[in-house]
Amino acid sequence: MTHVGYLVAGWSISVAAVVAYTGWVLMRGRSLSRRVPENRRRWMMPDD
Amino acid sequence: MSTVVAATTSSKATRVLGWLTLAGFALLVALAFAWVPEDTRITEQGDVVGQFDAVRLMFVHVPSAILAYTGFGLTFLASLAYLRWRTDWWDMMAHASAEIGVVFGVLTLVTGSIWGRPTWQTWWEWGDVRLVTTLVMVLVFVGYLAVRRIPADTAVRARRSVVIALVGAVNIVIVNRSVDWWENRTLHQQSTLIARKIRDETLFTLSFSFAVGMALFAWLLLHRFRLAYLESQIEQLEVDEAMEERRAEADLLDDSEEQP
Repeated sequence: MTHVGYLVAGWSISVAAVVAYTGWVLMRGRSLSRRVPENRRRWMMPDD
Repeated sequence: MSTVVAATTSSKATRVLGWLTLAGFALLVALAFAWVPEDTRITEQGDVVGQFDAVRLMFVHVPSAILAYTGFGLTFLASLAYLRWRTDWWDMMAHASAEIGVVFGVLTLVTGSIWGRPTWQTWWEWGDVRLVTTLVMVLVFVGYLAVRRIPADTAVRARRSVVIALVGAVNIVIVNRSVDWWENRTLHQQSTLIARKIRDETLFTLSFSFAVGMALFAWLLLHRFRLAYLESQIEQLEVDEAMEERRAEADLLDDSEEQP
């Protein structure tokens, strides 16, 4: 395989960026959800 | 019996979509590295040319660009909808999609640069109209996000954001058409997808990467929109609390004035 370094860099940067952004959105969502009353979180559903 | 409500931005729909996206991504990696052949062709002089294995970077670069366009395009549409209906819902939608657009816009530039080095022997070319217009487009929407962070009344913030989104939308068209309008001032080729100048395996995998990308975009948008909604609810709760405190202070003042 040619250009292995470029492939590793391109794919890993993309995955790392998406994972980091996703993690930030989910963590912030979790922390803010606790501060908002249940009746104002319309998409919520009871845990099974 | 009381039920426990999960304190997250997840729902059953986002969980299903999330797992489907993850499975799709795993399949995409397998297709990109195990199925798609390297890109080569033989010239009339008998030389072997092409992108070789760097073509596998296309499966992250091109969908990133499509998702950036989608994010910025949706911001434009949601901004128009805000002008028409003036509801926070559309403002939050515009904000959420702009942020996702910026993430993928930056990734487009980074992965494009990494692909360009082995293919064009350059990381960046200031004379390339597609590169520069893409950079300007991303910077406009970074500015959009920066303006949203300036403390202001929600309606004022939304109106300011709409202006930037409309300006940014003009840039989307310029970026997309730049390779046709200034074909002599870009290293980028014109659309190879429409002209079917690529191998079937590459075309299929590229199309599949768009589908996975769109699923990821939808999943991120749902979560990011709910986050924006939570932020607005907290702002509203803080305003309600402040008003309640003021009322209590005013009642206290009235009571003390009534006493002899």
